Amino acid sequence: MTDLLWLVVALPLLGAVINLLFGKRIGEPISGWLAFGFVAISWAIAVPATLSFVTGSGHTETIYLFSWIPAIGVDAAILWDPLSALMTMIVTGIGSLIHLYSIGYMRGDERYPRFFAFMNLFIASMMILVLAANYAVMFVGWELVGLSSYLLISFWFTKPSAAAAGKKAFIVNRIGDWGFIVALMIIFISFGTFDFHTVFASAPTAITVGTATAITLLLFVGAAGKSAQLPLHIWLPDAMEGPTPVSALIHAATMVTAGVFMIARSAVLFEMAPVAGAIVAVVGTATALLAALIAISQTDIKKVLAYSTISQLGYMVLGVGVGAYTAGIFHLTTHAFFKALLFLGAGSVIHAMADEQDMRKMGGLRKNMPITFITMGAAWLAISGIFPFSGFWSKDEILAATFAKGGGFILLWGVGLLVALLTAFYMTRLFVMTFLGKPRWSGDVQPHESPATMTIPLVVLGFFTVSVGLINTPVRLAFEHFLESSFEGVAHIEALTFGSFSILATVALVVAVVGIAWAWPKYNTDELPAEDGKFWQRSLLAFGVDEIYGRTIVAPGKKASEWAADSMDPKVIDGAAHGIGRGISGFGSVLGKMQTGQVRGYAGVLAVAGAILIIVFVVVGGGF
Amino acid sequence: MPVLSILIVLPLVGAIVVGLLPRHRTELVYPIALAMSIPPLAAALHILWYFNAGDASFQFGEHIVLVESFGISWTLAVDGISLFMVVLTALLFPISIAASHSITDRAKTYMVLMLILETGVLGVFLSLDLFVFFAFFEIVLIPMYLLISMWGSENRAYASLKFVLFTAVGSAFLLASIVALGVLTGEQLGTLVNFDFRNMLSVEFSSTTELALFVGFAIAFAIKIPLFPFHTWLPDAHTEAPTAGSVILAGVLLKMGTYGFLRFNLTLFPQAAVDLAIPLAILGVIGIVYGAAVAIVQPDIKRLIAYSSVSHMGFIVLGTFALTTQGLSGSVVLMISHGLTTGALFLLIGMVYERTHTRKIADYGGLAKVMPVYAGIFLFSAFASAGLPGLSGFIGEFTILIGAYLSLPVLTIIAGSGVILAAIYLLWAYERVFTGPVTNSKLEGLKDLGFREVAILAPLIVLIIGIGVYPKPVFDRVEPSVEIILDRIEAETEFEVPEFARVSDLVDIDYEAEREVSDHDDGEEG
Repeated sequence: MTDLLWLVVALPLLGAVINLLFGKRIGEPISGWLAFGFVAISWAIAVPATLSFVTGSGHTETIYLFSWIPAIGVDAAILWDPLSALMTMIVTGIGSLIHLYSIGYMRGDERYPRFFAFMNLFIASMMILVLAANYAVMFVGWELVGLSSYLLISFWFTKPSAAAAGKKAFIVNRIGDWGFIVALMIIFISFGTFDFHTVFASAPTAITVGTATAITLLLFVGAAGKSAQLPLHIWLPDAMEGPTPVSALIHAATMVTAGVFMIARSAVLFEMAPVAGAIVAVVGTATALLAALIAISQTDIKKVLAYSTISQLGYMVLGVGVGAYTAGIFHLTTHAFFKALLFLGAGSVIHAMADEQDMRKMGGLRKNMPITFITMGAAWLAISGIFPFSGFWSKDEILAATFAKGGGFILLWGVGLLVALLTAFYMTRLFVMTFLGKPRWSGDVQPHESPATMTIPLVVLGFFTVSVGLINTPVRLAFEHFLESSFEGVAHIEALTFGSFSILATVALVVAVVGIAWAWPKYNTDELPAEDGKFWQRSLLAFGVDEIYGRTIVAPGKKASEWAADSMDPKVIDGAAHGIGRGISGFGSVLGKMQTGQVRGYAGVLAVAGAILIIVFVVVGGGF
Repeated sequence: MPVLSILIVLPLVGAIVVGLLPRHRTELVYPIALAMSIPPLAAALHILWYFNAGDASFQFGEHIVLVESFGISWTLAVDGISLFMVVLTALLFPISIAASHSITDRAKTYMVLMLILETGVLGVFLSLDLFVFFAFFEIVLIPMYLLISMWGSENRAYASLKFVLFTAVGSAFLLASIVALGVLTGEQLGTLVNFDFRNMLSVEFSSTTELALFVGFAIAFAIKIPLFPFHTWLPDAHTEAPTAGSVILAGVLLKMGTYGFLRFNLTLFPQAAVDLAIPLAILGVIGIVYGAAVAIVQPDIKRLIAYSSVSHMGFIVLGTFALTTQGLSGSVVLMISHGLTTGALFLLIGMVYERTHTRKIADYGGLAKVMPVYAGIFLFSAFASAGLPGLSGFIGEFTILIGAYLSLPVLTIIAGSGVILAAIYLLWAYERVFTGPVTNSKLEGLKDLGFREVAILAPLIVLIIGIGVYPKPVFDRVEPSVEIILDRIEAETEFEVPEFARVSDLVDIDYEAEREVSDHDDGEEG
């Protein structure tokens, strides 16, 4: 069953190559269906191997493929365990749906086959990342998803903003990758291998707490890049320049969760470094809060969702930071469904509104696009944390685990609750501004429901958005049991009693309801409220973080480079070289006369060189 | 069969054949020159094929005494390090010649010089007699100088002279050191002088002598590489050189420096190498960061790539002077990879220059719309150069970083920032040249790459992917040879090559067993 798992990587890669080389000849829409097919088959291949874990007959396996970098003992190998199986299901499952959706969404695009080539490349890269059996191969996937993300964000490259956004995403991610690479160096020097199994099995005896802290913090720098955590979160909002299916798949459901996945994968190391875990939790909470504070003022529907994604990723990071790996991964899972749905729904709306993304120019769309309205409604309730939708369960688990940790973590729990309130608020704002109230669009736009290739994915995702939370409830911890073997050797979090869990859940639910009740009347009016206070303006500009980086890092960096290029090289170094030349044998004058660059010039030079030679010979000759 | 001698002579024969072509048959020059560059490639592939992987010793050795009284001999041999330099050389020359289709001015001379240059470079990598090595090292200089000064662009006179002056200074040091070394070797053998590399291995030096000789060699190689702060000739030379000149310069000429470090500095002067490893590694790391930082703001795309070379070569120097197996092996792989990726980038720049006659980034914009295939291959090469995993650059850089951290952790962490800077200068340049709307009307209607151009680039693309995905055949050949170097350093000095922790002994792991099983399975299927 697991013998064929390499195909899960190989098939989408093959699809990418086919569409890259022959896409033009294959043409639209076949190239899209082809790409969809490759991902769907990958999913189908992985299903039985995943189900074996559900039934309990499966066991963790390392599948050796080939020796990759023998100098550092890196093999291309697959680690097949419940965690990688779950990620495979999410990536190929939601990936298939979004490929299907894209067949309709990208209709008529000039570079239609190219789009699907990149999408397939992304799936293949992501599968390398999640199936890796060692850190080096994981890093390969890590970088390749960065490449795919770059290619897809700047897919409409004739738009300067899209091109700039793609570049920014890649560069900011590379800053994080620096941390990842240094972590890899320390891992290798400490263990002599990157292999997960060996590293995790030997970590408690082979490394000190200090080393574990260094490794995990550096890994987290990498994770912060990919999962858009403070202070590296700035690339994700810009990434919305990419086509909306890309935002749904890569910048919401899958790639951005890679950091969370990586931390969960490294759970053993994080367990050894409680300080690192606490830092991770604080950064996650701060990110969740900041992004939520920005999301509430955004008027671009995709920007709201982008900041919401950052905020939700903050929750996941908080979860894995406090050691609630299952809860973090659980929220990753539910979020993958409801956020993909939100983005695809937004895409459906944008599609219908002739590429309008400003929510102030929407309104009243529920009649025009009922399927989009209903499915997005489910996602809205899920992310807001309304019982019994999926987000309620997973978010609560993270908050409960944070609370259970006690001490200073209670404060993080409080912030988490505040974020829940804000989340309910801004999602209600989005939902109401888009679908309810009176239409605010101009007469020549004729909104319509999207075609079946687009609505079917919405419905499927809608189903899971409603139901997937039920796989892990306090009464039935199926999800936790499923993942158990992936987190072997990790201290089990003391489960809260049903009673205290219920109290915490009720508090969270009340907070969510308050958020909704606060926003609903405010935006469900004929005239939108003015949002021009000082706070709103700052929030709308994302608190100027980009600008601060521009002033403090980019501009001085550029200046330093310019100084090196314009002063250091030509004046200092060349100046010294010319000076030495003149000093020895009047090179300066020779140089002046030889502007014609004739062969005789070389003869002259050789003569000069001969002169130096004699001097040098005498000098060096003194040595023996 | 003296296959190495044949390999060295073949391009020279080609040069003679091209030189003898009748003056008025100019149409024959390009095809004949191209045809003449193929036999050396075939010979190099023959050597690659029959090279005994896993064998650390020199292979295909030849030894003919030339001047007995001066101890000069025609001694050629190849090991895992020079093997790939030779193959890279033999590959890049046909490609460069094929890319010189647009050279019509004095084409015959141009091709003759190219082929002589190839002989020179091959001689450098294959000679184990230092006198002959030096002769080849200098022979290389002349055709390269002429290629830049006769077929270069506006500022070629200055650039070619600067190239020669810088190199000549290095050569002076090199010659002095080689002669001194020859004398010392002769003393040992009871003759006047001797230049045989193998005899030099047994010479005992005083520590000052060793240091002085090391420095003499190192200056020559540092200028060639070029190592910071000797690098300023490179951007000028690259900018002015014709496309093929740039490809050869970056692809193989710079490697003569890093090769020299590995072959001579580390092997002949182990104690000095150990003593000076850190200063040289520091210069390498400065080069990585400095070269990359300066590349960011270059207005000329060729200068930008030239500075990126300074950065990449810094990685190679860091890997070399980390004095670990991984560092050294990674350096050799990066030498190969840099030849492929930078070669591809210079070829690409040349191809668009032939259409637009400008290299200024500001003159471009939106080119991807007009030349999509070109843009795709350029982006591929840029990512390969920036060390994207799955492509060759990553294998070299990553192995160097992992290997260098062992002995030089702080420097290596700083070097790691090179991956960020590389992304900045390459992607920003790509953004300005290829994306956005087409702003310069001259770009409209440009023809995308033709079949000939894609065919020229194809071998590089294939190898960049091939080495990136499956570098094992390269490592299998390189590793034994670098281990010999390190073994010698360990034997001659107190230095101990640091080892990585091996925790696999500590824990009970079934993974190895699994791996054996699957290896076994593979065997059965095969």
